[in-house]
Amino acid sequence: MKQRNPKAQGLAYKRLPRRALILGGLQTAFIGGLAARMRFMQVDQADEYRLLAEENRINIRLIPPTRGRIYDRNGQIIGQNTQSYRIVMVREDAGDVDKVIAKLSELIPLTQEEINRAKTEMRRSAPFLPVTLADQVTWEDISKVAVNAPALPGVTPEVGMARQYPRYEDFAHVVGYVGPVSDYDLSLIEDPEPVLRIPRFQIGKVGLESKQEITLRGKAGAKRVEVNATGRIMRELDRQEGEAGADLQLSVDADLQQYAQARLAGESAAAVVIDCETGDIRAISSAPSFDPNLFVRGISVADYRALTENNYRPLANKTVQGTYPPGSTFKMITALAALEAGVVSPGNTVYCPGHLKVGSRRFHCWKRGGHGTVDLNLSLKRSCDVYYYDVAVRTGIDKISEMARKFGLGVKHDIPMSAVAAGLAPNQKWKERVHGEGWLVGDTANASIGQGFMLASPLQLAVMTARIATGRAVTPRLVRSVNGVEEPSGAGEPLDVNPYNLNQVRKAMFSVSNDRAGTAYRSRIINDEFRMAGKTGTSQVRNITKAERAAGVIRNEDLPWERRDHALFVSYAPYDNPKYAVAVVVEHGGGGSKAAAPVARDIMLQALYNGTPPLEAYPVADRDRIKEQQKRLEGDRRPKARPDEKDRA
Amino acid sequence: MSYLEYAVKSTPTGFRKFLYMNWPLTLLLISVASAGFLMLYSVAGGSWMPWAEPQIERFGLGLTVMFIIALVPIWFWRNMSVLAYLGSIVLLIFVELFGTIGMGAQRWIDLGFMRLQPSEVMKIALVMVLAAYYDWLPSHKTSRPLWVLIPVILILIPTAMVLKQPDLGTSILLLAAGGGLMFLAGVHWAYFAAVIAAVVGLIATVFNSRGTEWQLLKDYQFRRIDTFLDPSTDPLGAGYHITQSKIALGSGGWNGRGFMQGTQSRLNFLPEKHTDFIFTTLAEEFGFVGGITLLTLYALIIIFCMVTALATKDRFSSLVTLGVALNFFLFFAVNMSMVMGLAPVVGVPLPMVSYGGSAMLVLMAAFGIVQSAHIHRPR
Repeated sequence: MKQRNPKAQGLAYKRLPRRALILGGLQTAFIGGLAARMRFMQVDQADEYRLLAEENRINIRLIPPTRGRIYDRNGQIIGQNTQSYRIVMVREDAGDVDKVIAKLSELIPLTQEEINRAKTEMRRSAPFLPVTLADQVTWEDISKVAVNAPALPGVTPEVGMARQYPRYEDFAHVVGYVGPVSDYDLSLIEDPEPVLRIPRFQIGKVGLESKQEITLRGKAGAKRVEVNATGRIMRELDRQEGEAGADLQLSVDADLQQYAQARLAGESAAAVVIDCETGDIRAISSAPSFDPNLFVRGISVADYRALTENNYRPLANKTVQGTYPPGSTFKMITALAALEAGVVSPGNTVYCPGHLKVGSRRFHCWKRGGHGTVDLNLSLKRSCDVYYYDVAVRTGIDKISEMARKFGLGVKHDIPMSAVAAGLAPNQKWKERVHGEGWLVGDTANASIGQGFMLASPLQLAVMTARIATGRAVTPRLVRSVNGVEEPSGAGEPLDVNPYNLNQVRKAMFSVSNDRAGTAYRSRIINDEFRMAGKTGTSQVRNITKAERAAGVIRNEDLPWERRDHALFVSYAPYDNPKYAVAVVVEHGGGGSKAAAPVARDIMLQALYNGTPPLEAYPVADRDRIKEQQKRLEGDRRPKARPDEKDRA
Repeated sequence: MSYLEYAVKSTPTGFRKFLYMNWPLTLLLISVASAGFLMLYSVAGGSWMPWAEPQIERFGLGLTVMFIIALVPIWFWRNMSVLAYLGSIVLLIFVELFGTIGMGAQRWIDLGFMRLQPSEVMKIALVMVLAAYYDWLPSHKTSRPLWVLIPVILILIPTAMVLKQPDLGTSILLLAAGGGLMFLAGVHWAYFAAVIAAVVGLIATVFNSRGTEWQLLKDYQFRRIDTFLDPSTDPLGAGYHITQSKIALGSGGWNGRGFMQGTQSRLNFLPEKHTDFIFTTLAEEFGFVGGITLLTLYALIIIFCMVTALATKDRFSSLVTLGVALNFFLFFAVNMSMVMGLAPVVGVPLPMVSYGGSAMLVLMAAFGIVQSAHIHRPR
């Protein structure tokens, strides 16, 4: 065997310790480098990494706020939050998802659409997150699921809050409704609050719910939770309670509103009752209406189609959104403009032969034979058109338009409802700007009797009447108080109108419904304390051609519904101490005295008596009919058993 | 008569061998392994199962193996070197043919009670065969080209086989350990300089070819290299692990977040927290102090091995001890660089601490040889 004495191993052997030291040195340097890196990360940068670790582990979850409730002026609930039940499923607990869903659909009605949506959601989300299978489930179905719980692994009923409107149709147009936030809603909001991104979070879609969204919504709370890498919540670290939305109290009297709604039933109509002293809107009904609860739950296609295809347009809010030619109800404004301009005085007369030639056109009075000699009082009482053609031409449109604005026509009233229309009180400039044509004297004649370009909403007519009644710039108020803090009153400052002239107009309005010759005499109130002043209006929705006129004007009843005249009536009462102003518009209702005045009178009495009025308040001839009507409306107003209420009981 | 046999009279015999063992080294190994048990207990959420208990059992087995190997004279192991090498090659072929596929690579042979990774065995076998080769080779031939070629082939065969599995991390470790051993054995500087220059040149050429007409790799291959070298370009994919690891490590601070209080590991933000990323958990829970302590223990193991190596006059003993130490160093250096974001993720466990049977058993066996060299050193 070869000798391998270390002494004999020569150069390579000597190298070993040297190279071992070199390698050892390199290793030590590397270890030093690792230590330095560790120091850098754990000492110098520790705070940054600690922050990143906290960000990883801590999630902030929002706690949705409780939406503010809505009350009427007497504290009756109009919009509230009720418990709603839904059925959720946790994928990881369910095991065979398809089998469990199949079993569930045997117990409760599930549409294929719902099933598919839930399955898609389940595929996308973590297995431990609950996915909603059915929303707004009846109590009966919930109990079915609860009883069969052992056969339905991973399926649990959950309780949530949902908006509910216990007055159903009565406040659909006022309060509107809420619904889940849509992508479209988010696109409209600049920098949307995070709470809006909570799935199924509900926000106001239309009406007061939408306009007062911020007030009603409140502030979301937040809880900090510790989550693991897959997002499962391990524990709650702390929470900060949010702030519930503010409760709103409306100026509306729910009972009066309900009466008005019932009284208008069957017509396409609107009625507004304003408190002359405060501007409070006591009732604001648009008929026909709809059940806003349908929208909260998600309206079915069939129900929605029924609403949109109805000729009477239930979804339209005719009280503020609908604008109509005010017709003869505008004559007070023309009269006041003329009086204030000094072109006539109350005693001056105009001769009415049944027509007047203005410019090159002949303008007709509604009464073919004419009214003869007419002064201010008679002109309003009998609603003579020629008188107004004459005085308006002498006054000029700009002054009439200015007077209209003073009384709230052509001006957008600031109330928190959807699509509040400004109407139109045209002047010369307006026509030039919009139509690019000069103002014709014939336009003035048309405007003087509230036709032509003139447009007003029922709310504006009610405001106008309240202003005539009080002489103050009454402004409408829908929200009486927010969380118990009262909103400013709408009583308004005295108007810059000569009280004498105003009084003459009021007197004439008194005659309208209290003088045997008045157009609304049949709809008078028989109670000296509650005498009503008013004015009828009938506005054409078509032009009467010469040929038609020659053949004799066709009676409204003979026309198709959508071509009949609109019937209007404005009134206030009591005459000597105005309390309420009422405006009623019945679309295509025919004549104002026949179709609108009785409605306005009935609503007015209901308001004045704060409940069903005694029959003695009605003219003797009407009492039998009224008695029957009262009985019928009582029946309508009794709380109806709704199908969905039965489900929930 | 070899020097070893010549000096055999002065080596201890029987149970006296225990007294001559390198006890500081043994204690260091036990401390490092204990740190591992503690961390495995922690990452399991305060439970001995499923990791800590099997790990303790395997460490017990490993200690036994180390003692047995230590008691056998070192010349026996020298004589077994070629056999060990050939056996490992056979195992690598076997795993290539019948191995269990795990994590997308063919690495394991299932032995029933544990999974054996032949590439781990090869790390030690390669050190042994190279040490034996240079022990046998007359020193004046060390740097002759033909005698340099033989160890190069010995290194490249297993490296290529491991690379094919594919296991890039282990093949780089094999290459580095083999090269290191040749360096220790005294192969001339020029060879290393030439190899390093060639590799640097090749890499530079490949990278410079990017975007030119003679591009050497496909675009997607370049992109893959990019994410490999800089995972932060892919924060949700490959970069996610390394980012989370850095966050965990950095958030430990001076003293750490406390035993079993590491949020990153407890809430599963850390991947592979019981194997490759266990050092991160330790650094998160025990902070800089804990990390430095473990690093110091590792450094001490290297130092004790070096002292042993330089104290012995036997060439095989020296080389094999230094080779084991180098392997051990490469293990933890690569792993720590990886979890600190200094190196790409290559799947190298932390020696003696990470959960895993065969790596620890093989290491303990290797330290058994080191112990044997220490006991049977010529006196």
